[in-house]
Amino acid sequence: MKLRSILATDCGSTTTKAILIEKIAGEYRLAFRGEAPTTVEAPFEDVTKGVLNAVMEVEELAGRKLIDGDNIITPRKGDEGVDIYISTSSAGGGLQMMVAGVVKGMTGESAQRAALGAGSIVMDVLASNDGRKPHEKIERIRQLRPDMILLSGGIDGGTTKHVVELAEILAAANPKPRLGTSYKLPVIYAGNKNAADKIKDTLGEITDLDITENIRPVLERENLKPSRDKIHDLFMEHVMQQAPGYKKLMSWTDAPIMPTPGAVGALIEMVAEKENISVVGVDIGGATTDIFSVFQKQFNRTVSANLGMSYSICNVLAEAGLKNVLRWVPFDIDEKELTNRIGNKMIRPTTVPQSMEELVIEQAIAREALRLSFIQHKSFAVNLKGVQKERTISDAFEQSESGESLVDMMDLDLLIGSGGVLSHAPRREQSARMLIDSFLPEGITQLAVDSIFMMPQLGVMANIQKEEIAEDARMAAIEVFEKDCLIRLGSCLAPVGQYKVGATVLITELTLSNGETQTHVLKSGDIFRIKIPYEPVKAKLTPGKGMNIGAGKNEVIETTIYGGVVGIIFDGRGRPLEISSDPKTRISNLTNWSKAVNEYPNLNPNSES
Amino acid sequence: MAHAYTPGLKVLHETKINKERRLPLKGTVVVENGTTVQPDDIVAKTDLPGNVQMVNVANQLNIDADDVNDAMTVKVGSEVRKDDMIAETKGLFGMFKSNVTAPVDGTIEVISDTTGQVVIREAPIPVEIDAYMSGRIKEVIPEEGVVIESEGVFIQGIFGIGGESRGDLAVIVKDREEEITEELITSELAGKIVVGGSFISLKAYKKAIQMKVAGVVVGGFNYFDLEDILGYTLGVAITGSEDLATSLILTEGYGKIRMGSQTFDLLKEHHGKFTSVNGATQIRAGVIRPEIVIPLSGDELKGDHKDAHASEGIQAGSLVRVIRAPYFGRMGKVVDLPSELRKMESETMVRVAIIEIDGENIEIPRANLEMVETD
Repeated sequence: MKLRSILATDCGSTTTKAILIEKIAGEYRLAFRGEAPTTVEAPFEDVTKGVLNAVMEVEELAGRKLIDGDNIITPRKGDEGVDIYISTSSAGGGLQMMVAGVVKGMTGESAQRAALGAGSIVMDVLASNDGRKPHEKIERIRQLRPDMILLSGGIDGGTTKHVVELAEILAAANPKPRLGTSYKLPVIYAGNKNAADKIKDTLGEITDLDITENIRPVLERENLKPSRDKIHDLFMEHVMQQAPGYKKLMSWTDAPIMPTPGAVGALIEMVAEKENISVVGVDIGGATTDIFSVFQKQFNRTVSANLGMSYSICNVLAEAGLKNVLRWVPFDIDEKELTNRIGNKMIRPTTVPQSMEELVIEQAIAREALRLSFIQHKSFAVNLKGVQKERTISDAFEQSESGESLVDMMDLDLLIGSGGVLSHAPRREQSARMLIDSFLPEGITQLAVDSIFMMPQLGVMANIQKEEIAEDARMAAIEVFEKDCLIRLGSCLAPVGQYKVGATVLITELTLSNGETQTHVLKSGDIFRIKIPYEPVKAKLTPGKGMNIGAGKNEVIETTIYGGVVGIIFDGRGRPLEISSDPKTRISNLTNWSKAVNEYPNLNPNSES
Repeated sequence: MAHAYTPGLKVLHETKINKERRLPLKGTVVVENGTTVQPDDIVAKTDLPGNVQMVNVANQLNIDADDVNDAMTVKVGSEVRKDDMIAETKGLFGMFKSNVTAPVDGTIEVISDTTGQVVIREAPIPVEIDAYMSGRIKEVIPEEGVVIESEGVFIQGIFGIGGESRGDLAVIVKDREEEITEELITSELAGKIVVGGSFISLKAYKKAIQMKVAGVVVGGFNYFDLEDILGYTLGVAITGSEDLATSLILTEGYGKIRMGSQTFDLLKEHHGKFTSVNGATQIRAGVIRPEIVIPLSGDELKGDHKDAHASEGIQAGSLVRVIRAPYFGRMGKVVDLPSELRKMESETMVRVAIIEIDGENIEIPRANLEMVETD
């Protein structure tokens, strides 16, 4: 079947978003979009109502019939309906899991990676060596009431004792699922295969046990895919079945419903693979911040469950500290007044900044939420721990150990931001600055934002397994991602090295597509922007003495770079970025940095409060 | 007519109030349909499974896990008392025996020959659920709980801490501007639900706790003072399980904000009536706001009910409250709801409402308005 029109929805906790993709003049493009409040909770208690409302908006805009009564018309009949309908979901708090492994830093971490990669929130990691006594673990399991548990431990053929011990703890806790009392808790066993029978004896009766391949069959290798797939299956079979209206929704879709972050991850993985690049993607929401990365072809996802811009905004304040938030605010403000304002945003999460001051404060908090989430991500996205590496003499001098972070900012090619504060910032310059200040990219990095957060829908599309439509769907996902989903902000050029005051850190010679040439000199401590649209620009980058712009210290690079709606930002402020603790200097620096990229041209601090 | 959905807090002088009272696990419902109940009456009860203790018998006796079954002196299902012997080695010629005793009273649940562990489960923990407010049992959910129906005043706050509480309502300020000060909290207020105006300071709230006041309902409190009360920084607004003798309900928000006149006047009207409050707040999907319930009976009811679930959204003429700076806390009437997006000072493009505040028409993002639902 050739796909001509695809309808996709994402059922979030508060909003259900629908997009219609159509093949227009030989290429897939986003045709229309619509949204409506999610209807999982009372008084509606049926997710499909919100879906139909969102699709109805699309229907009106498209001017053709997509719904017949209470059903989406698939397959397409003439001018009515769509070829396929697909959906993701994070309604009802998403998928909440608990994982267990024998050694926290090894199988525990592999299990966590599998669960996060599948799109779940990991509520806790139980491990034989986590320092908690059995009764403390039992109490914790009971308290948390996860949707699902992933139990792993031991390499194939190794000792079975520890993993069986964990199973006994689970059995003793006799955990109940979060939603519904009428079904048994799904447990996935992905540990030492020799222990499978004993695990069955221990957990087979009281839980809904599923046994899959070992997540860590040998110490040197992770095998996450079978567990991730199993999590998706069980998410559909058990968790989603409990959510109101999902049975009906599942009967409508042409591919399994995926957890929203799982779908985003799948898309980012695909983009990185297709382009052969390193990518970091971030989705900053009201309650949580998800970070996805692909470095050295390894995918990682983390979710900072309590770092967000509304529901969790006070937690950002608590974790970052007021001082760290204030260091991004280019005016004086009473600290107590500020904390009350932030508190009020938490209890009235849907409000928007009306005054410029409020916007600046919100974007200051976003910088900290992103920075903290990225720290968590870097410490989790690591090489496998516990692996003995073969070393040559030269390696011995590098002292590289197992468990080092895969995240290398100099290696990063593309940084994608999404979520209200980044996607809907009034000026794209603000999004670019937030991304640069919190992620601190090094060398040459392209920046982009997801225009209307359609990565989830595109992720499911890219993952459709049905053979006859898989290829078209993947193509549609890639084309729409490139043309309609991403807004290319531009590139950030940030040389790294020992900064000396006033020294030249980078000389850039650019040849634009119209043949025009430009030379730009970046001095230490400065930041500036040149306006160049999203097009290839030939660049010769000569780092200052002792500086590195990507190829090593003092190494010149000749390459192609891209502009965007913001342009190319030259960042000579140094890495790590140091912000003066003297309020006067800080405010003066922040104001200059803002002016350099035209971030807040209308900021007139303290005009009103 | 232009129309917008805006979250609103309910301030209803007379409505039907339905409260679901549900057990955490299946159990027994002890009241029948139609029964009249008082707040302290038990409506359902159950036993939570007891705590579990794990004893590594193999390690303690220094034997293989396979041999644990042979060493056990009790079987699965046996009841044991603390310090009872549960396992013993054969020793050498009957001498040098070592043994393991039960660390708690309980029942032997598992003896594992893989790990050598023995699981002892302690006695079940009884849980009872009371009615919380006076009313009539409208529905029995078999083995799970009941729905209680009552009629009376129903007011939602914006944020609270502490769980359910009850007592006679005592309005202790002159008007909705007045703060609750330390001096206003006296020992006569023990067991009462105290109502203030715009603010309660940390000191005054601490005194209320000390004086065993059952609950405080007030316009505002300082966010940064919560840490002092809770012992931690409140990162997400999920509350209700705090161990606090005095529940606190804010009707407006953080800071000093005078209580809405509808709320204040309604509470004042019912000064002295028995009131149930719940500070539990959950600001996530499935939002739960703190509540004040004053069940009324017979002649106190005027019969002009309003359904607590009905919400028509804001329209021209609606009474709204601004819930974000720069006009935070101000109330006004909706004059117009223009459909096109307007640019704010922050350059954000939003849907707005034109609000009349003190005779002046002001443009406010609709997202920054809260409907005040009155009846």
